[in-house]
Amino acid sequence: MSEISPAEWTAILLSLRVAIIATLVATPFGIALAWLLARRDFWGKSLLDATVHLPLVLPPVVTGYLLLLSFGRRGPVGSFLADHFGIVFSFRWTGAALACGVMAFPLLVRPMRLSIEAIDRRLEQAAETLGAAPWKVFFTVTLPLALPGVLAGMVLGFAKAIGEFGATITFVSNIPGETQTISSAIYSLIQTPDGDAAAGRLVIVSIVLALGALIAAEWFARRATARLHGN
Amino acid sequence: MLRVDVEKQLGEFSLHASFTSEGRVIGLFGASGAGKTSLVNMIAGLLRPDRGSIVIDGETVDDTAAGVHVPAWRRRIGYVFQDARLFPHLNVAQNLDYGRRMNGLAADPAQHKRIIDLLDIGALLGRRPGKLSGGERQRVALGRALLSKPRLLLLDEPLGALDESRKLEILPYLVRLRDEANVPMVYVSHDAAELRQLATQIVMLKQGRVTSFGGVKVLTS
Repeated sequence: MSEISPAEWTAILLSLRVAIIATLVATPFGIALAWLLARRDFWGKSLLDATVHLPLVLPPVVTGYLLLLSFGRRGPVGSFLADHFGIVFSFRWTGAALACGVMAFPLLVRPMRLSIEAIDRRLEQAAETLGAAPWKVFFTVTLPLALPGVLAGMVLGFAKAIGEFGATITFVSNIPGETQTISSAIYSLIQTPDGDAAAGRLVIVSIVLALGALIAAEWFARRATARLHGN
Repeated sequence: MLRVDVEKQLGEFSLHASFTSEGRVIGLFGASGAGKTSLVNMIAGLLRPDRGSIVIDGETVDDTAAGVHVPAWRRRIGYVFQDARLFPHLNVAQNLDYGRRMNGLAADPAQHKRIIDLLDIGALLGRRPGKLSGGERQRVALGRALLSKPRLLLLDEPLGALDESRKLEILPYLVRLRDEANVPMVYVSHDAAELRQLATQIVMLKQGRVTSFGGVKVLTS
Protein backbone atom coordinates (compact mmCIF):
# COMPACT_ATOMS: atom_id res chain seq x y z
CA MET A 1 0.00 0.00 0.00
CA SER A 2 1.22 3.43 -0.89
CA GLU A 3 0.81 6.79 0.80
CA ILE A 4 -2.46 8.43 1.77
CA SER A 5 -3.65 10.66 -1.09
CA PRO A 6 -4.84 14.29 -0.69
CA ALA A 7 -8.44 13.21 -1.35
CA GLU A 8 -8.17 10.64 1.43
CA TRP A 9 -6.65 13.22 3.75
CA THR A 10 -9.61 15.48 3.04
CA ALA A 11 -12.00 12.74 4.13
CA ILE A 12 -9.92 11.95 7.25
CA LEU A 13 -9.67 15.59 8.32
CA LEU A 14 -13.35 16.17 7.64
CA SER A 15 -14.23 13.11 9.72
CA LEU A 16 -12.07 14.39 12.57
CA ARG A 17 -13.63 17.85 12.39
CA VAL A 18 -17.17 16.45 12.25
CA ALA A 19 -16.56 14.05 15.12
CA ILE A 20 -14.76 16.60 17.32
CA ILE A 21 -17.45 19.27 16.86
CA ALA A 22 -20.22 16.70 17.35
CA THR A 23 -18.61 15.49 20.59
CA LEU A 24 -17.90 18.95 21.99
CA VAL A 25 -21.40 20.24 21.28
CA ALA A 26 -23.07 17.08 22.58
CA THR A 27 -21.04 16.98 25.83
CA PRO A 28 -22.81 19.72 27.85
CA PHE A 29 -26.18 18.30 26.84
CA GLY A 30 -24.91 14.83 27.67
CA ILE A 31 -23.74 15.86 31.15
CA ALA A 32 -27.03 17.64 31.88
CA LEU A 33 -29.08 14.68 30.71
CA ALA A 34 -26.86 12.16 32.52
CA TRP A 35 -27.34 14.12 35.74
CA LEU A 36 -31.08 14.34 35.19
CA LEU A 37 -31.41 10.60 34.57
CA ALA A 38 -29.09 9.67 37.44
CA ARG A 39 -30.43 12.05 40.06
CA ARG A 40 -33.96 13.15 39.38
CA ASP A 41 -37.29 11.42 39.31
CA PHE A 42 -39.87 13.07 37.12
CA TRP A 43 -42.85 12.28 35.01
CA GLY A 44 -41.83 10.91 31.60
CA LYS A 45 -38.33 9.90 32.70
CA SER A 46 -38.58 6.43 31.08
CA LEU A 47 -39.83 8.01 27.89
CA LEU A 48 -36.92 10.47 27.83
CA ASP A 49 -34.49 7.64 28.52
CA ALA A 50 -35.98 5.59 25.68
CA THR A 51 -35.89 8.55 23.27
CA VAL A 52 -32.20 9.12 23.96
CA HIS A 53 -31.47 5.46 23.23
CA LEU A 54 -33.60 5.40 20.09
CA PRO A 55 -30.74 6.15 17.65
CA LEU A 56 -28.97 3.07 19.02
CA VAL A 57 -31.75 0.72 17.93
CA LEU A 58 -33.44 2.52 15.04
CA PRO A 59 -32.08 1.80 11.56
CA PRO A 60 -29.58 4.67 10.96
CA VAL A 61 -31.30 5.43 7.67
CA VAL A 62 -34.49 6.16 9.62
CA THR A 63 -32.67 8.52 11.98
CA GLY A 64 -31.09 10.24 8.98
CA TYR A 65 -34.42 10.55 7.24
CA LEU A 66 -36.07 12.00 10.37
CA LEU A 67 -33.23 14.53 10.59
CA LEU A 68 -33.79 15.42 6.94
CA LEU A 69 -37.50 15.94 7.57
CA SER A 70 -36.99 18.13 10.64
CA PHE A 71 -33.59 19.81 10.10
CA GLY A 72 -33.60 19.91 6.28
CA ARG A 73 -33.99 23.19 4.40
CA ARG A 74 -37.78 22.78 4.38
CA GLY A 75 -38.11 21.06 7.73
CA PRO A 76 -39.71 23.04 10.59
CA VAL A 77 -36.53 23.24 12.72
CA GLY A 78 -34.20 23.58 9.75
CA SER A 79 -36.06 26.48 8.15
CA PHE A 80 -36.38 28.25 11.51
CA LEU A 81 -32.65 27.99 12.24
CA ALA A 82 -31.75 29.03 8.68
CA ASP A 83 -34.08 32.07 8.68
CA HIS A 84 -33.29 33.32 12.19
CA PHE A 85 -29.71 32.29 12.85
CA GLY A 86 -28.30 31.51 9.41
CA ILE A 87 -27.47 27.96 10.52
CA VAL A 88 -27.88 25.49 7.65
CA PHE A 89 -27.51 21.76 8.08
CA SER A 90 -28.60 20.20 4.83
CA PHE A 91 -25.74 19.05 2.59
CA ARG A 92 -23.19 20.79 4.82
CA TRP A 93 -20.54 19.37 7.12
CA THR A 94 -22.51 20.87 10.02
CA GLY A 95 -25.34 18.48 9.11
CA ALA A 96 -22.87 15.61 9.21
CA ALA A 97 -21.85 16.76 12.68
CA LEU A 98 -25.51 16.91 13.76
CA ALA A 99 -26.18 13.39 12.45
CA CYS A 100 -23.03 12.05 14.11
CA GLY A 101 -23.88 13.84 17.38
CA VAL A 102 -27.38 12.36 17.48
CA MET A 103 -26.13 8.88 16.67
CA ALA A 104 -23.31 9.10 19.22
CA PHE A 105 -25.45 10.64 21.97
CA PRO A 106 -26.63 7.42 23.70
CA LEU A 107 -23.06 6.12 23.87
CA LEU A 108 -21.83 9.45 25.15
CA VAL A 109 -24.46 9.75 27.89
CA ARG A 110 -24.16 6.24 29.26
CA PRO A 111 -20.71 6.36 30.94
CA MET A 112 -21.50 9.85 32.23
CA ARG A 113 -24.69 8.63 33.80
CA LEU A 114 -23.02 5.57 35.34
CA SER A 115 -20.23 7.66 36.84
CA ILE A 116 -22.70 10.14 38.35
CA GLU A 117 -24.74 7.24 39.77
CA ALA A 118 -21.57 5.78 41.30
CA ILE A 119 -20.83 8.94 43.29
CA ASP A 120 -21.53 8.62 47.00
CA ARG A 121 -24.33 11.10 47.57
CA ARG A 122 -23.24 11.48 51.17
CA LEU A 123 -20.25 13.42 49.85
CA GLU A 124 -22.65 15.88 48.27
CA GLN A 125 -24.51 16.15 51.59
CA ALA A 126 -21.22 16.87 53.33
CA ALA A 127 -20.51 19.63 50.81
CA GLU A 128 -23.95 21.08 51.47
CA THR A 129 -23.38 21.19 55.24
CA LEU A 130 -20.10 23.04 54.53
CA GLY A 131 -22.08 25.83 52.89
CA ALA A 132 -22.05 24.86 49.21
CA ALA A 133 -25.16 25.84 47.25
CA PRO A 134 -26.51 23.06 44.99
CA TRP A 135 -24.81 24.38 41.83
CA LYS A 136 -21.52 24.70 43.70
CA VAL A 137 -21.90 21.12 44.94
CA PHE A 138 -22.29 20.07 41.31
CA PHE A 139 -19.20 21.89 40.07
CA THR A 140 -16.90 21.19 43.04
CA VAL A 141 -17.88 17.63 43.98
CA THR A 142 -20.17 15.90 41.47
CA LEU A 143 -18.49 16.94 38.23
CA PRO A 144 -14.87 16.46 39.36
CA LEU A 145 -15.70 13.00 40.70
CA ALA A 146 -17.57 12.13 37.50
CA LEU A 147 -14.86 13.58 35.26
CA PRO A 148 -13.28 10.27 34.23
CA GLY A 149 -16.73 9.01 33.23
CA VAL A 150 -17.42 12.25 31.39
CA LEU A 151 -14.18 11.87 29.45
CA ALA A 152 -14.89 8.19 28.78
CA GLY A 153 -18.31 9.17 27.39
CA MET A 154 -16.69 11.81 25.19
CA VAL A 155 -14.17 9.30 23.86
CA LEU A 156 -16.85 6.69 23.12
CA GLY A 157 -19.09 9.31 21.53
CA PHE A 158 -16.17 10.49 19.42
CA ALA A 159 -15.40 6.95 18.29
CA LYS A 160 -19.01 6.40 17.32
CA ALA A 161 -19.23 9.80 15.57
CA ILE A 162 -16.14 9.23 13.48
CA GLY A 163 -17.49 5.93 12.17
CA GLU A 164 -21.08 7.02 11.60
CA PHE A 165 -22.38 6.26 8.13
CA GLY A 166 -26.07 5.53 7.63
CA ALA A 167 -27.67 8.61 9.17
CA THR A 168 -25.02 10.94 7.77
CA ILE A 169 -25.28 9.77 4.16
CA THR A 170 -29.08 9.84 4.33
CA PHE A 171 -29.19 13.34 5.79
CA VAL A 172 -26.36 15.18 4.03
CA SER A 173 -25.40 12.80 1.19
CA ASN A 174 -21.81 12.07 0.15
CA ILE A 175 -20.16 15.23 -1.16
CA PRO A 176 -16.34 15.09 -1.28
CA GLY A 177 -14.83 17.89 0.77
CA GLU A 178 -18.15 18.85 2.40
CA THR A 179 -19.91 15.78 3.76
CA GLN A 180 -17.76 12.86 2.64
CA THR A 181 -16.38 11.36 5.85
CA ILE A 182 -14.07 8.37 6.07
CA SER A 183 -17.03 5.98 6.09
CA SER A 184 -18.75 7.46 3.07
CA ALA A 185 -15.40 7.70 1.25
CA ILE A 186 -14.83 3.97 1.84
CA TYR A 187 -18.34 3.27 0.61
CA SER A 188 -17.66 5.21 -2.62
CA LEU A 189 -14.22 3.67 -3.11
CA ILE A 190 -15.35 0.07 -2.88
CA GLN A 191 -17.89 0.74 -5.61
CA THR A 192 -15.19 2.24 -7.84
CA PRO A 193 -12.86 0.04 -9.93
CA ASP A 194 -9.29 0.22 -8.55
CA GLY A 195 -10.56 1.80 -5.36
CA ASP A 196 -9.45 -1.15 -3.22
CA ALA A 197 -6.06 0.20 -2.17
CA ALA A 198 -7.45 3.57 -1.13
CA ALA A 199 -10.35 1.91 0.68
CA GLY A 200 -7.85 -0.36 2.44
CA ARG A 201 -5.86 2.61 3.70
CA LEU A 202 -8.97 4.31 5.06
CA VAL A 203 -10.08 1.06 6.67
CA ILE A 204 -6.77 0.94 8.53
CA VAL A 205 -7.17 4.57 9.61
CA SER A 206 -10.67 3.74 10.91
CA ILE A 207 -9.44 0.76 12.87
CA VAL A 208 -6.58 2.74 14.41
CA LEU A 209 -8.89 5.60 15.44
CA ALA A 210 -11.53 3.24 16.89
CA LEU A 211 -8.98 1.16 18.77
CA GLY A 212 -7.26 4.27 20.11
CA ALA A 213 -10.59 5.59 21.35
CA LEU A 214 -11.51 2.31 23.06
CA ILE A 215 -8.14 2.11 24.79
CA ALA A 216 -8.50 5.71 25.93
CA ALA A 217 -12.03 5.01 27.25
CA GLU A 218 -10.75 2.00 29.19
CA TRP A 219 -7.96 4.07 30.68
CA PHE A 220 -10.39 6.77 31.80
CA ALA A 221 -12.63 4.14 33.37
CA ARG A 222 -9.72 2.86 35.44
CA ARG A 223 -8.83 6.40 36.47
CA ALA A 224 -12.42 6.86 37.62
CA THR A 225 -12.20 3.95 40.02
CA ALA A 226 -8.91 5.15 41.49
CA ARG A 227 -10.29 8.65 41.90
CA LEU A 228 -13.37 7.54 43.79
CA HIS A 229 -11.14 5.72 46.27
CA GLY A 230 -9.10 8.83 46.99
CA ASN A 231 -5.68 7.47 46.11
CA MET B 1 -29.30 27.95 72.27
CA LEU B 2 -30.99 25.12 70.46
CA ARG B 3 -34.72 24.57 70.49
CA VAL B 4 -36.09 21.49 68.74
CA ASP B 5 -39.69 20.37 68.49
CA VAL B 6 -40.19 18.10 65.52
CA GLU B 7 -42.24 15.22 64.21
CA LYS B 8 -41.21 12.96 61.38
CA GLN B 9 -42.68 9.74 60.03
CA LEU B 10 -40.06 7.46 58.43
CA GLY B 11 -41.83 4.35 57.22
CA GLU B 12 -43.00 2.48 60.30
CA PHE B 13 -40.86 4.59 62.57
CA SER B 14 -42.19 7.78 64.06
CA LEU B 15 -39.94 10.39 65.58
CA HIS B 16 -41.38 12.99 67.91
CA ALA B 17 -38.73 14.87 69.82
CA SER B 18 -38.77 18.10 71.68
CA PHE B 19 -36.12 19.75 73.85
CA THR B 20 -34.50 23.11 74.51
CA SER B 21 -30.90 23.32 75.54
CA GLU B 22 -28.33 25.94 76.44
CA GLY B 23 -25.69 23.27 76.97
CA ARG B 24 -22.25 23.65 75.45
CA VAL B 25 -22.21 20.00 74.51
CA ILE B 26 -25.59 18.37 74.16
CA GLY B 27 -25.21 14.61 74.28
CA LEU B 28 -27.83 12.83 72.23
CA PHE B 29 -27.94 9.37 73.71
CA GLY B 30 -29.83 6.29 72.58
CA ALA B 31 -29.59 2.81 71.12
CA SER B 32 -29.19 2.43 67.37
CA GLY B 33 -32.56 2.92 65.72
CA ALA B 34 -33.71 5.41 68.35
CA GLY B 35 -33.80 8.18 65.76
CA LYS B 36 -30.60 10.01 66.69
CA THR B 37 -29.26 10.43 63.17
CA SER B 38 -32.65 11.46 61.76
CA LEU B 39 -32.91 14.10 64.47
CA VAL B 40 -29.41 15.42 63.75
CA ASN B 41 -30.12 15.42 60.00
CA MET B 42 -33.16 17.58 60.67
CA ILE B 43 -31.08 20.03 62.70
CA ALA B 44 -28.58 20.11 59.82
CA GLY B 45 -31.34 20.70 57.29
CA LEU B 46 -30.66 17.50 55.35
CA LEU B 47 -34.05 16.10 56.39
CA ARG B 48 -37.26 18.07 56.55
CA PRO B 49 -39.57 17.59 59.52
CA ASP B 50 -43.22 16.74 58.82
CA ARG B 51 -44.29 19.11 61.56
CA GLY B 52 -42.59 21.36 64.07
CA SER B 53 -39.80 23.86 64.36
CA ILE B 54 -36.08 24.17 64.96
CA VAL B 55 -34.49 27.34 66.32
CA ILE B 56 -30.72 27.86 66.46
CA ASP B 57 -29.36 30.90 68.29
CA GLY B 58 -32.69 32.66 67.93
CA GLU B 59 -32.92 32.02 64.18
CA THR B 60 -35.82 29.83 63.09
CA VAL B 61 -34.36 27.43 60.53
CA ASP B 62 -37.44 25.23 60.34
CA ASP B 63 -41.04 26.05 61.01
CA THR B 64 -43.52 23.93 59.10
CA ALA B 65 -46.49 26.06 60.23
CA ALA B 66 -44.91 29.17 58.73
CA GLY B 67 -43.43 27.30 55.76
CA VAL B 68 -39.86 28.09 56.81
CA HIS B 69 -37.08 25.74 55.76
CA VAL B 70 -33.57 27.12 55.54
CA PRO B 71 -31.55 24.78 53.27
CA ALA B 72 -28.56 23.00 54.81
CA TRP B 73 -26.02 25.09 52.94
CA ARG B 74 -27.31 28.32 54.48
CA ARG B 75 -27.52 27.10 58.10
CA ARG B 76 -23.85 27.54 59.02
CA ILE B 77 -23.80 24.24 60.83
CA GLY B 78 -20.75 22.01 60.92
CA TYR B 79 -21.44 18.30 60.59
CA VAL B 80 -18.97 15.54 61.38
CA PHE B 81 -20.26 12.23 60.10
CA GLN B 82 -19.41 8.79 61.40
CA ASP B 83 -17.76 8.04 58.05
CA ALA B 84 -15.64 11.24 57.75
CA ARG B 85 -16.84 11.86 54.15
CA LEU B 86 -13.70 13.65 53.07
CA PHE B 87 -13.69 14.57 49.40
CA PRO B 88 -11.55 11.90 47.72
CA HIS B 89 -10.49 14.13 44.83
CA LEU B 90 -9.05 16.82 47.13
CA ASN B 91 -6.05 16.60 49.41
CA VAL B 92 -6.27 17.31 53.14
CA ALA B 93 -5.43 21.02 52.80
CA GLN B 94 -8.09 21.46 50.09
CA ASN B 95 -10.64 19.54 52.17
CA LEU B 96 -9.92 21.82 55.13
CA ASP B 97 -10.31 24.92 52.97
CA TYR B 98 -13.54 23.81 51.29
CA GLY B 99 -16.03 25.37 53.72
CA ARG B 100 -14.22 28.69 53.77
CA ARG B 101 -14.25 28.82 49.95
CA MET B 102 -17.92 27.87 49.67
CA ASN B 103 -18.97 30.46 52.23
CA GLY B 104 -16.81 33.13 50.64
CA LEU B 105 -15.04 33.82 53.94
CA ALA B 106 -11.74 35.68 54.03
CA ALA B 107 -8.70 33.58 54.88
CA ASP B 108 -8.05 33.45 58.60
CA PRO B 109 -4.48 32.16 59.03
CA ALA B 110 -4.60 32.43 62.83
CA GLN B 111 -7.70 30.28 63.17
CA HIS B 112 -6.40 27.92 60.49
CA LYS B 113 -3.18 27.37 62.41
CA ARG B 114 -4.95 27.06 65.74
CA ILE B 115 -7.27 24.31 64.50
CA ILE B 116 -4.54 22.45 62.64
CA ASP B 117 -2.43 22.49 65.82
CA LEU B 118 -5.37 21.56 68.03
CA LEU B 119 -6.03 18.48 65.90
CA ASP B 120 -2.38 17.70 65.06
CA ILE B 121 -3.03 17.44 61.35
CA GLY B 122 -0.26 19.70 60.08
CA ALA B 123 1.75 16.76 58.79
CA LEU B 124 -1.15 15.44 56.72
CA LEU B 125 -1.92 18.52 54.62
CA GLY B 126 -0.47 17.24 51.34
CA ARG B 127 -2.04 13.78 51.54
CA ARG B 128 -5.08 12.34 49.84
CA PRO B 129 -7.91 10.97 52.07
CA GLY B 130 -7.27 7.46 50.71
CA LYS B 131 -3.83 7.53 52.36
CA LEU B 132 -5.09 8.39 55.86
CA SER B 133 -5.93 6.10 58.77
CA GLY B 134 -9.48 6.12 60.16
CA GLY B 135 -8.46 8.28 63.11
CA GLU B 136 -6.61 10.77 60.93
CA ARG B 137 -9.58 11.00 58.59
CA GLN B 138 -11.89 11.81 61.49
CA ARG B 139 -9.54 14.51 62.78
CA VAL B 140 -9.42 16.11 59.32
CA ALA B 141 -13.23 15.94 59.12
CA LEU B 142 -13.41 17.75 62.48
CA GLY B 143 -11.02 20.41 61.23
CA ARG B 144 -12.93 20.80 57.98
CA ALA B 145 -16.22 21.34 59.84
CA LEU B 146 -14.67 23.83 62.30
CA LEU B 147 -12.93 25.87 59.60
CA SER B 148 -16.25 26.62 57.93
CA LYS B 149 -16.89 28.70 61.10
CA PRO B 150 -20.14 27.05 62.11
CA ARG B 151 -22.37 28.39 64.88
CA LEU B 152 -23.21 24.82 65.90
CA LEU B 153 -21.25 21.62 65.42
CA LEU B 154 -23.06 18.30 64.96
CA LEU B 155 -21.09 15.15 65.62
CA ASP B 156 -22.85 11.92 64.70
CA GLU B 157 -20.98 9.06 66.38
CA PRO B 158 -17.65 10.46 65.23
CA LEU B 159 -15.87 7.57 66.97
CA GLY B 160 -18.35 4.93 65.84
CA ALA B 161 -16.26 3.59 62.99
CA LEU B 162 -13.04 3.39 65.03
CA ASP B 163 -11.66 0.57 67.15
CA GLU B 164 -11.03 1.01 70.90
CA SER B 165 -7.44 2.21 70.66
CA ARG B 166 -8.30 4.73 67.95
CA LYS B 167 -11.18 6.02 70.05
CA LEU B 168 -8.79 6.71 72.89
CA GLU B 169 -6.59 8.51 70.38
CA ILE B 170 -9.39 10.88 69.28
CA LEU B 171 -11.19 11.49 72.59
CA PRO B 172 -8.59 13.91 73.99
CA TYR B 173 -8.96 16.01 70.84
CA LEU B 174 -12.70 16.20 71.34
CA VAL B 175 -12.22 17.26 74.95
CA ARG B 176 -9.80 19.98 73.82
CA LEU B 177 -12.29 21.03 71.18
CA ARG B 178 -15.04 21.37 73.75
CA ASP B 179 -12.83 23.46 76.02
CA GLU B 180 -11.05 25.59 73.42
CA ALA B 181 -12.99 25.82 70.16
CA ASN B 182 -15.90 27.77 71.61
CA VAL B 183 -18.52 26.24 69.31
CA PRO B 184 -21.60 24.61 70.85
CA MET B 185 -21.94 20.96 69.91
CA VAL B 186 -24.53 18.25 69.58
CA TYR B 187 -22.77 14.97 70.19
CA VAL B 188 -24.56 11.77 69.17
CA SER B 189 -23.53 8.49 70.73
CA HIS B 190 -24.82 5.18 72.00
CA ASP B 191 -21.82 4.97 74.33
CA ALA B 192 -22.59 6.31 77.82
CA ALA B 193 -18.91 6.40 78.82
CA GLU B 194 -18.07 8.61 75.87
CA LEU B 195 -20.84 11.06 76.71
CA ARG B 196 -19.89 11.19 80.38
CA GLN B 197 -16.51 12.52 79.30
CA LEU B 198 -17.79 15.03 76.79
CA ALA B 199 -21.36 16.15 77.29
CA THR B 200 -22.64 18.86 79.58
CA GLN B 201 -26.30 17.99 78.99
CA ILE B 202 -28.02 14.80 77.92
CA VAL B 203 -31.04 14.20 75.73
CA MET B 204 -32.01 10.56 75.97
CA LEU B 205 -33.86 9.18 72.98
CA LYS B 206 -35.79 5.93 72.94
CA GLN B 207 -37.80 4.73 69.95
CA GLY B 208 -38.22 8.20 68.59
CA ARG B 209 -39.20 9.87 71.89
CA VAL B 210 -37.22 11.92 74.40
CA THR B 211 -37.35 9.87 77.60
CA SER B 212 -35.07 11.94 79.82
CA PHE B 213 -33.30 15.23 79.73
CA GLY B 214 -30.80 16.79 82.10
CA GLY B 215 -27.24 16.62 83.36
CA VAL B 216 -24.84 13.77 82.69
CA LYS B 217 -26.24 11.93 85.73
CA VAL B 218 -29.31 10.85 83.75
CA LEU B 219 -26.98 8.36 82.01
CA THR B 220 -26.68 6.28 85.15
CA SER B 221 -30.37 5.59 85.48
